[in-house]
Amino acid sequence: MLEIKNLHARIVDDGTEIIRGLNLTVKAGEVAAIMGPNGSGKSTLSYILAGREDYEVTEGDILYNGQSILEMDPAERATSGIFLAFQYPMEIPGVATMEFLKVAMNEQRKARGEEPLKIPEFLKRVKEAAASLSMDMAMLKRPLNVGFSGGEKKRAEILQMKLLEPKLCVLDETDSGLDIDALKIVSDGVNALRSPDRAFLVITHYQRLLEHIVPDSVHVLYRGQVIKSGDKSLALDLEANGYAGVIGQAA
Amino acid sequence: MNMHTQPQRTPAETALIDAFGERLSLLPGDGAVMLKRDDAIEAVKHGLPTRRIESWHYTDLRRLLSAVPDFDPAAAAQAIAPIVEGSTVLILLNGVSSAKAPVVDGVSVQRLSEKLTDGSIAPGLDPYGSDDAIGALNTAFVADGYFVDIADGIELEKPIELQNLQAGGQTHVRLPVRVGAGAKAVIVERQAGEGAALTSSVSQLVLGEGAEVTWLIVQEQPDTATHLAQFKAHIGKDAKLTLFVMNAGGRLVRQEVMVKTTGEGADFKLRGINLLAGDTHTDVTMVLDHAVPHTTSTEVIRNVVTGKARGVFQGRINVHQYAQKTNAKMACNTLLLSDDGEFSTKPELEIFADDVVCGHGATVTEIDHDHLFYLMARGVDEKSARGLLVKAFVAEVIEELDDEAIVEALEARLDEWFVTHG
Repeated sequence: MLEIKNLHARIVDDGTEIIRGLNLTVKAGEVAAIMGPNGSGKSTLSYILAGREDYEVTEGDILYNGQSILEMDPAERATSGIFLAFQYPMEIPGVATMEFLKVAMNEQRKARGEEPLKIPEFLKRVKEAAASLSMDMAMLKRPLNVGFSGGEKKRAEILQMKLLEPKLCVLDETDSGLDIDALKIVSDGVNALRSPDRAFLVITHYQRLLEHIVPDSVHVLYRGQVIKSGDKSLALDLEANGYAGVIGQAA
Repeated sequence: MNMHTQPQRTPAETALIDAFGERLSLLPGDGAVMLKRDDAIEAVKHGLPTRRIESWHYTDLRRLLSAVPDFDPAAAAQAIAPIVEGSTVLILLNGVSSAKAPVVDGVSVQRLSEKLTDGSIAPGLDPYGSDDAIGALNTAFVADGYFVDIADGIELEKPIELQNLQAGGQTHVRLPVRVGAGAKAVIVERQAGEGAALTSSVSQLVLGEGAEVTWLIVQEQPDTATHLAQFKAHIGKDAKLTLFVMNAGGRLVRQEVMVKTTGEGADFKLRGINLLAGDTHTDVTMVLDHAVPHTTSTEVIRNVVTGKARGVFQGRINVHQYAQKTNAKMACNTLLLSDDGEFSTKPELEIFADDVVCGHGATVTEIDHDHLFYLMARGVDEKSARGLLVKAFVAEVIEELDDEAIVEALEARLDEWFVTHG
């Protein structure tokens, strides 16, 4: 589903190269965990997948279902089924959350040639999704993410993911800022979406999240490259021994 | 012999002076009213204000008012639907009031032409000062309008909408409104029409003790029109006034707001949105006098500037020496969407009391790229995402009004603007 080939990318502003020859393949139905120390390029990778303009791909390619996405803008990537759950979701004053959800769902439907959702059907879907994430509907009456706690923002991201039904879900440190109960709720939300035609890229610092969202593969990112890949036992190994050993082997 | 030399008159100045001579016999009122008109046209004869007059520094009326249309007796303006369904509508079609005013309990409505004819309105016709070009122009030419009196204790369920609609030519109207003690009302001032008209419109509001009024000015003139307007208010003891100004049209627009708190506990809120597009010039100038102790005010202006539009907000707050415990806050935020647009902000605080809280702030920003990315990352295309963010920027001010019918009505006007300018 996702094939990243010898990807090189830098920050547009200052030319700093962050991704330096990254290779990664994720199959449909697979949950791939990306781990790595601070500054290894994990969040950058998520932004590049989503199409953020602050980064420039200088070499290599990203294929999604066999097609390069490099020329697609963020909206086109989203409507084609790529979803990024942000590490730090933006607060957008003045944009009502419900209105935003409706616009986003209908824009995606429009791009797929589907009719816009009728209001009762839209409300039903939002209510069900919110209930499954123990979210209060009153929260959704507020402007998008404004005044939400860290945990509420993360839930709101997963809520959007549920409603938009993407095919490739990129979760950028979705566990940060969550307490144990919230982590469980969010993980259950993600697990409920696991299906043979949907892939996940789960970016995290900690093994903790991977106890709840059990990965099929684990990849260690260091200095903009995948330096080691393995199964879920690799995450346990990293938790026990830290990154030093893995980095040492690669060096 | 006066050696002072007058600069050569502009075509607009000449046209106004000539028009006064031609209109004189048609204008209602004699004696006292005519004296006021004579004084007022003298001010025009001295020349329209230029950028050298401080209060007109960013709007050089002499230069910007390049032409003045003739009066057009054949112009036929059309009534429009009120922004809130079920409103009591008072219509001025091309500057002329209707003989059949709707009847509402506790509200008396009189045609202003009658009050000009009988001279009872004369004391209110004095311009505000020597730089009050709009007041002078209006006093010289005002022919009609409505005088509305809302009796003490009356709480109106539905808004009163004052429609000032033109279809070319010149119109000069005045809308004095008195709201009695403890009365509550929503008043909508609608300024719209078509054609290359020149409009002057002066609203004068007096709020009795404990009265509460929300006054909405919805200005949607065509981009061929010159719209010169004034809103003056006195806010009595414990009375509350929320003035909402929406400028969404006009080629040359100046909306002046002159408000005075005259009783302790008076509260004033100004909320304004200026939606500026094309090659237009829009100026909102406020002079607020905190004239007695313990009065409060907040002013929030949001501007969206596209195309080659130019906007101005001047906000002057005078805190009189005696007006201790004044609390005043003013903010002006601009979203600049084009390289050729511009917005000038001039906040002024003149404080003669020593125990007050006053502040002001101004920002000019572009669309936040992080916000844009976030919305696009959810599949909203760039144009729609920008539209959502721009609308959000101004809608925040509307939503604060906290009255569902009004918020819906104003958002509908907002959507209308975005459809044509988005």
